Amino acid sequence: MSAITDEFHRAAGSVADDDDQRAFMRKALGGYEHTRAGTEARFTSWQAARDAAAALKWDALENLHALIQQFVDKLEKRGVKVCWAEDAVQARSYILEVVRAHQARSIIKSKCMTSEEIHLNELLEHEGFNVIESDLGEYIVQLRKEAPYHFVFPSMHLRRGQIDDLFVEKHGYVSNEDPEALTMEARRVLRRKYLEADIGFTGANFGIAETGMISITENEGNARLTTALPKVHIALMGIEKIIPTLDDLALLLPMLATAGTGQQLTCYNSQYSGPRSGDEPDGPEEFHLVLLDNHRTRLLADPEQRDALRCIRCGACLNVCPIFKNIGGHSYGTTYQGPIGAVITPHLRGLQDWKHLSHASSLCGACTETCPVRIDLHHHLLRNRRNAAKAAPTMFERVVYGAFAGVMRRPWLYRTLTKGSRFLNWLGKPVAGTVLDPVRAWRRTRTLPDPAKQSFKDYWKQHRKAGDAVRASAPTVPTVPPAPPAAGAQS
Amino acid sequence: MRISLFIPCFVDQMSPRTGVAVVEVLERLGHEVLYPEGQTCCGQPAFNSGFCDQARCVAEHFLDTFADAEHVVVPSGSCAAMVKVFYPELFQGTKRAAEAKALGERTWEFSQFLVEKLGVGDVGASFAGKVTFHDGCHGLRELGVHAAPRTLLRHVRGLELVEMGEARTCCGFGGTFAVKFPEISTAMAQVKCNSIIDCGAHTVVSNDPSCLMQIRGYFDKHGNTLPCLHLAEVLART
Repeated sequence: MSAITDEFHRAAGSVADDDDQRAFMRKALGGYEHTRAGTEARFTSWQAARDAAAALKWDALENLHALIQQFVDKLEKRGVKVCWAEDAVQARSYILEVVRAHQARSIIKSKCMTSEEIHLNELLEHEGFNVIESDLGEYIVQLRKEAPYHFVFPSMHLRRGQIDDLFVEKHGYVSNEDPEALTMEARRVLRRKYLEADIGFTGANFGIAETGMISITENEGNARLTTALPKVHIALMGIEKIIPTLDDLALLLPMLATAGTGQQLTCYNSQYSGPRSGDEPDGPEEFHLVLLDNHRTRLLADPEQRDALRCIRCGACLNVCPIFKNIGGHSYGTTYQGPIGAVITPHLRGLQDWKHLSHASSLCGACTETCPVRIDLHHHLLRNRRNAAKAAPTMFERVVYGAFAGVMRRPWLYRTLTKGSRFLNWLGKPVAGTVLDPVRAWRRTRTLPDPAKQSFKDYWKQHRKAGDAVRASAPTVPTVPPAPPAAGAQS
Repeated sequence: MRISLFIPCFVDQMSPRTGVAVVEVLERLGHEVLYPEGQTCCGQPAFNSGFCDQARCVAEHFLDTFADAEHVVVPSGSCAAMVKVFYPELFQGTKRAAEAKALGERTWEFSQFLVEKLGVGDVGASFAGKVTFHDGCHGLRELGVHAAPRTLLRHVRGLELVEMGEARTCCGFGGTFAVKFPEISTAMAQVKCNSIIDCGAHTVVSNDPSCLMQIRGYFDKHGNTLPCLHLAEVLART
């Protein structure tokens, strides 16, 4: 097992063992599901909207090369400097160059998961720049020196008291757990930072090819301040965020809001098309757009899984995922947590290192059922498992599944071995639960029934031989006493 | 109607009574039940672990065994989904692709077969008590089985059906997942078992024997004797 897999087991196991934390998350996400169901119901047909959104994003991916060029041409005509970054290294060095060129001291950021993907904050801080996250949740995890817990709700794992403690410690805040007071405290600190910042940094939820605009969705107004006040705006966007037309937002914005938070529409949806032009009173003087590939084209080239690029990062698949609810976001060790993270991280960061995430799923399909752009999420986990096993099967698994196939296609061998299994089970009784027990992982937390004295195959032989007479003595349910006949029962 | 049964390998070994109950219900309804004796497993364990060649090898044996079957009935949503949903993918581009697809179309999860194919709601069963139903995820989401088992249970005399909270949430079994990630799997079982207890049911019923193994295993370990029954076992009671 690799160190990454080991760490996953350790972290996931620790949260799975923490009843309070799990109950806290289930309660929070239960509230989300309730709100979201109400908002979905306001659509004439949520399912038809999903179809339309999936088709729209699919079209965009099919024509990505043309749309992205159209998008860039429009932006460049308006004076935007565009960087085509093949990978994280190129994106980081371009951004660093811009920051250095402006001799910036302070950079204010609005929420941008893509910047987490390229580890931008670490780089800028390492180079001596002051970086401030302006989204409240992001600001909180930044103060705690943590990664976002959930790519839409970065600090959902924290209770009010913990945030209060944090502000007391970091700001000298006078303790008050009232949410409004906590928010006002963050606002008080952050307002100054916008004014001080030399550079405003944002992500982009959508890139509109038709008009050459990026669209940013937010609830706090922090992205608007981030883009309006500093003299330089740098936006970082994954290439899969391109959509064809401005009208497409009429569908995608309400869907993003509904699936993401259960809102009908997020509070602020702003479109930006470039630096301030001559007659405009405000806005940045310089506008840079970094287009990031970072292995997205590798996923685009995969005919089975390219639909994963339709993702609008709403986070709905995390919110309904029983794995996420029981292991929390940090256990994944990835930028993108939950089902979508388990699907795309192997493509972005290497299959063999991240295949364990595809195995850490019961394949229940709640994610696929909820995805607003109909990504075939849980089946992609199966495909990752297949690709990983094909490329580098472990010796153990090769032996196990080789033997499995060898037995299961030979009914006589199956019969012989299953008869033997009763004896082996009897023989294994003394080691049950010990390190010698092959099913110890199961038995530690659950009991395992003994093989039945009579298998179905044996029953069937008797059933056929003796006909109905034998059926009366067929094995019956041992755990339950026969139900008393109910009043008015018919049989 | 001539109905061929597929009794999944672990049902054959661990809970044959489920298979017996299926036979009883179908024969009571006047159907001829066949059991091709060469059957073993659908191949899902290998498929879900990514070992498709080995899974296909087992699946080919399944195709051979049920080649002549008019209808195949499976008392497990998961194994039925393997045949109906995943065989077409497994055999894609092979000589047996059409055969696999056709067999998938003739294969049914038990409750869906009764309600949708046979048009039966009332099988003449009696069962006294408050029951909650747990949907196996493969049945629920791969096959869309939701109403059928509830229709059948509502017609059982003396049975009161109650829904548990978070009814659509997975029990945490998930095949090899349950032993590869036992901590996560058990945490999920705990959530499920608490939902079952909280709804006040005296018995939990499911259409998936693997979920029942997980739920029963967790309850049993914690000293709770709440009965965990397959749908067929309830429907077999008269």
